[in-house]
Amino acid sequence: MPFEHPYLPQTPADEAAMLAAIGVDSVDALFSPIPEELRFKGPLQLPDHLTEMELKESFQALGAVNQSTGSLDCYLGAGAYEHYSPSAVRHLLSRSEFYTSYTPYQPEMTQGVLQAIFEYQSCICGVTGMDVSNASLYEGGHALAEACLMARAKTGRNRLVLSAGLHPESLQVLRTYTRNLDTEIVLAPLGPDGRTDLAALKGLLGQGTAAVALANPNFFGAIEDAAPFAEAVHAAGALFIMAVEPVSLALLKSPGELGADIACGEGQSLGIPLGYGGPYLGFIAAKMELVRQMPGRICGQTKDNRGQRAFVLTLQTREQHIRREKANSNICTNQTLLALAATMHLGALGPQGLQEVARQGAAKAHYLAAELQKVPGVRLSHTAPWFNEFTLDLGRPAAPVLKSMQARGILAGVPLERYFPGRDREILVAVTEVKKKARLDRYAAALRASLE
Amino acid sequence: MSEEKLIFEKSAPGRRATTFPALDVPWDASEPWLPAEARRATPTGLPEVSEQDLVRHYTRLSQRNIGIDTQIYPLGSCTMKYNPKVNEDLAGRDGFRNIHPLQPDDTVQGALQVLWEMERWLSELSGMPEICLQPSAGAQGELAALLVCKAYHDSKGRRPRKVLVPDSSHGTNPASASYCGYTVETVKSRPDGTVDLDDLRPRITEDVACLMMTNPNTVGIFERDIRTIAGWLHAVDAQLYYDGANLNAICGVARPGDMGCDMMHFNVHKTFSTPHGGGGPGAGPIGVKAHLAPFLPVPRVRRSEAAAFSLDFNEPASIGRVRNNTGNFGILLRGLVYLKSFGGDGLPEVGRRAVLNANYLLALLKGRFNAPYGDRCMHEFVLSLGDRKRTRDLGATDFAKRLADYGYHAPTIYFPLIVPEAMMIEPVETEAKETLDELAAVLARIDEEDPALLRAAPVNTPVGRLDEVGAARNPVLRYKG
Amino acid sequence: MSTPSDRLYTKTHEWIKLEGEGATIGLTEFAVHAIKDIVFLELPPAGRALEAGKPFGVIESVKAVFDLNAPLGGPVASVNAKVADDFTALAQDPYASGWLVKLSTAAGDRSGLLDAAAYDRFCAEEHH
Repeated sequence: MPFEHPYLPQTPADEAAMLAAIGVDSVDALFSPIPEELRFKGPLQLPDHLTEMELKESFQALGAVNQSTGSLDCYLGAGAYEHYSPSAVRHLLSRSEFYTSYTPYQPEMTQGVLQAIFEYQSCICGVTGMDVSNASLYEGGHALAEACLMARAKTGRNRLVLSAGLHPESLQVLRTYTRNLDTEIVLAPLGPDGRTDLAALKGLLGQGTAAVALANPNFFGAIEDAAPFAEAVHAAGALFIMAVEPVSLALLKSPGELGADIACGEGQSLGIPLGYGGPYLGFIAAKMELVRQMPGRICGQTKDNRGQRAFVLTLQTREQHIRREKANSNICTNQTLLALAATMHLGALGPQGLQEVARQGAAKAHYLAAELQKVPGVRLSHTAPWFNEFTLDLGRPAAPVLKSMQARGILAGVPLERYFPGRDREILVAVTEVKKKARLDRYAAALRASLE
Repeated sequence: MSEEKLIFEKSAPGRRATTFPALDVPWDASEPWLPAEARRATPTGLPEVSEQDLVRHYTRLSQRNIGIDTQIYPLGSCTMKYNPKVNEDLAGRDGFRNIHPLQPDDTVQGALQVLWEMERWLSELSGMPEICLQPSAGAQGELAALLVCKAYHDSKGRRPRKVLVPDSSHGTNPASASYCGYTVETVKSRPDGTVDLDDLRPRITEDVACLMMTNPNTVGIFERDIRTIAGWLHAVDAQLYYDGANLNAICGVARPGDMGCDMMHFNVHKTFSTPHGGGGPGAGPIGVKAHLAPFLPVPRVRRSEAAAFSLDFNEPASIGRVRNNTGNFGILLRGLVYLKSFGGDGLPEVGRRAVLNANYLLALLKGRFNAPYGDRCMHEFVLSLGDRKRTRDLGATDFAKRLADYGYHAPTIYFPLIVPEAMMIEPVETEAKETLDELAAVLARIDEEDPALLRAAPVNTPVGRLDEVGAARNPVLRYKG
Repeated sequence: MSTPSDRLYTKTHEWIKLEGEGATIGLTEFAVHAIKDIVFLELPPAGRALEAGKPFGVIESVKAVFDLNAPLGGPVASVNAKVADDFTALAQDPYASGWLVKLSTAAGDRSGLLDAAAYDRFCAEEHH
C-alpha cells in the first residue's frame, strides 16, 4: 500500500516511469551507494503520520495549554514587548511571494524582496541616525556580539569595555562568541542612580580597548546620560557601540546624534509577535567607514541594463560564501522576513505613529509607577530618568508576590533574580501603549493585595 | 518601464496608516521625565502613507517577486520544498504567537512540550541522543557545535587547533571554524567527488579538533567511507561534524549518529519545510553524542516524571548562550508540525522520493550536459557547463538568466567551487514528475538557442541584468531624500 | 601586452621591479584580465613592513577576493594614490602607471621568483 501524502505527488505510475528512465528496478537500488551497515534498519521509533485534521486538533490543544497575553495581563519586557501590530502588516507578510521566497541571489526575479530590504536598511538608518545598515542579524544578542567583533576587526584591539546595563542575555551571547578569540571583557558598573558610571568607565579605557558598549535605555530601564561617552571613547581610540530599543528612538537621542560608531539592538518591538522568543530581528547599523567590516547581507541600489533603478545584494566579498574563513561573519540565513515585517510596521506607523507608541507607553508606565509607589514598601530602584520600563523594589522577596499576582491573572514583571542572584526583591516592569488605564489600576490594586 | 517607487517616494506629510486611542492616563505634555539633553532632535525619516498606499506598495512589491508557491526552485543545497499552510495556521494561533519568552514555565507548558517533542523527533531521526534547539540558523548551529567541541577538548586539557574541511564544503564551515579560533585546513576531493582518503589520512593528527563533512556531500555523492574516517578521527579524539544541509537525501534511510558523527546541525528551513522568508528566518538545532552533551548551550529543556516541562539553566560546563531566549520557536513549531505530518512511517518516503526525483532529472539531462560525477546521485547533482564556456563562451550565469525568461529560478550556480561553471540541481520530493520534465525541456531548449539570447537574458523579467560592479564600487545602501 | 623582461614574477601573479636598493610591486596583466571588473583594492599604508611571500593587501571583483602577496619584503615607501581611487590605470596599464606599492628596500629569497619567460610558461600551463 503506497504511502499517500499531500506533499508527495509521486503516484505508483510516476515512480514506474521514473525508474524506467533511470534504468533501475526500484528506488532501493538508488540507495546502493550507502553501505549496508549504514542503512537504518528501522522502523523509526516515532508515532505514525497524522492527517491535517489530526494535526490541527493535536496542536490546537497544545497551544491552548499556554496562557497568552490574551489570558494573562503581561508586564514582562527585557527585550521583548507587547505592542499593537496593525492588521495590514500581517496580511502583507502572508503574501507567499514574500515568505516562500529564497534569498534574492537572482535579483532580476526578486526585486520585491530586494527593494523591501533596501527600504528596511533606510528605515534603520533613519531611526538610529547611522549611515549604513545591513539586511538583519538573528536577534539582539547576536547583534551585540557582531558589533563587538566588528570593532575588534577594525581596531585590531582585544579589550571590550561593556556597561553593566547591557541585557544580561546579550552579554552571555557575547561571552560565548568571544570565548576562543583572545578577548578581554570588563564591565563598567552602574552608579547609584541606575546609570553607567562614566568616571569608572573612563578608568577602564586604555590603549587596548576596541570598543565601549552602552545600552540605552539600559536593561533596568534607565535612560543613560550618553552625551559625554563618545568623546571619551574616541579619545582612547576605541569605537562607541550603542545597544538601543527602536520604539524609544522616536523620543530618545539617536546613536547617530550621540556620536556612536555602531548601533545595534533587538527589533522585535517593530511589529514582530512575542512568539515565545523567536524568530526575532537583530539590527546593526554603522558609520560609512565601517561598511567593509559589516557582517551579513547588504542590499544596494544600482541600474539594470535597461537603465532602470534596481536593487541587488552587494559587497558580498565580506560574506562566508566568498571569503570563507576570512569572512566578517559566518552568517548565511538571516531574518529577512522579520526585516520586512519591521519595515511594513514602521511604514504603517509613520513618524507620528512611532512617536505616539513611544509617548503612550512612557505615559502609562509613569502612571503605573506612580500608583505602585503609593503601595507601602514599594519604590523604584533607580533615580535616573526612564522610558517605559522600570525596576521596582518590592521591599520583600519577589517570588511569592509574583505568584500571587499570577494567580490574579497578572504577570507583574521579570524577577531580577533570574539574572542577578541576590537581587531577589526587585522586578522589571514594562508598560506599552496596549495597556488601558483600567488594567493599570487593577495591577496596582492587585499588588497592594498581594503585599498585604 | 518597470521601476517601482520606494515607500519614501510615496510619502506625503500628514498621512497615516495607523491611529491610536486617546491617552487615558494623566499626562504632562512637557514630558518632564525626559531630560532635554536626552531628547531626539533629528527626524526619523520614516514614510507617511495611508493604509491603502502601504498595502498597495507592498502588494505590488510582492508581485515583483517569486516564491516556491509560484514555481520550482531547483537550488542545490537549499532543499526548497513546499511550505505547508497548516504550519502557518498553527504558528499563528494565539497560544503560540502571543506568549512572552520570559513567562514562568508553568504558564507555557504547551510551548515547552513543543520544544521537548521536537528534540525527541530530531534525536530519533538523526541517531544523536542529545539535542539543543537554540541556534538561529545552520551557521549558528555549526558555531555552537564547534564551541562545544572546543569546550570538550579544553575539559580534557587538550588544545587541538585545526579544523579540516573538504574543498567542496559550504562557506559557512570554514567561517564558523574561524570564529572559534581554529585554523582551517582544506582536504582534497577525489575525481568521484568524495573526500580523498589518501589526502585526509596524514592530516589527521592530534592537532586536529574536528573534520566537518556533509553526507551526501555537496556534489550529491554519498561518502561511503565515513565510518572509516570517523574511526581515524576518534583514534586521536578528534570529532566528526556532520553538516545537516543534505539531510533530505537520507531522511529516514540513514542516520548521522550511526555513521559515527559526534555532532551535527539541522537546517529546519531546508529538510523540515519551514519557509525561507526571502533569506530567513530559519533554525539550526544541533545534535551531539553523550560525551559532548554537558557543553551544550543553556537552557536545556527537561521533562519531569510527572510530565511537567521546564527550562534548565543549571549546566556548569555549558558554553553559555548563542542567542537570547530559547530559539526560533515559531520555526521549530512549524518544523514539528511537518515532522508529525509524515510520522515515523512517512519520513523515509521523504528521503526515497527526493533521491528518486534527483536521479530522474539527472537521467533526463545527462545525455546533453556534462555530469562530472556520473549517472547516479543522491538528492542533488552537479552539472558542469565548462564545455559550453570554452566552445560558446556561455557560462552558468547565462543559463541562469535565460531560465528566468521562462519563469524559472535558476539552480545553484558556481558552487561547489571545485566544479567549473557549476550548476547544482536539487529537485525536492514535493515536485511532480511533470515539473521535472518541463524543467529538463526548458534547459534543453535554452541549450539550443542562439547564444546571443542567453547573453541578453533576462528580458522577460521586471529588470534586466544588473550593474553589480557599479553597485560594489559606489555603494548606495539607503534612501536619501 | 607582452610580459616585460625587466622584472621578476610570482606564481600568484605579482611582479616586482628592482630599482637599486628598492623595488616597485604590481599585478600582472594576466591577473587583472582574470579579475575583469575590479571593485575594491586595499593597499597598505606607507611605513608598513611587508613580509616576503605574505599577503599585503586585497583586490576584489564582485564575486571574488584575492590576496596580494609580497614577492619580496621591506618597508613601504609609497603607495600609488592614483590607483586607490580609480582602477582604470591598474586595469589598463598594470606594468607602468598601474603600479601598486614601492619599497624602500627589498629583501628575501628570490629563488621562487620567475623571469618573464618562465612566468609566461607558467601562465600557459595554468590556463589549461
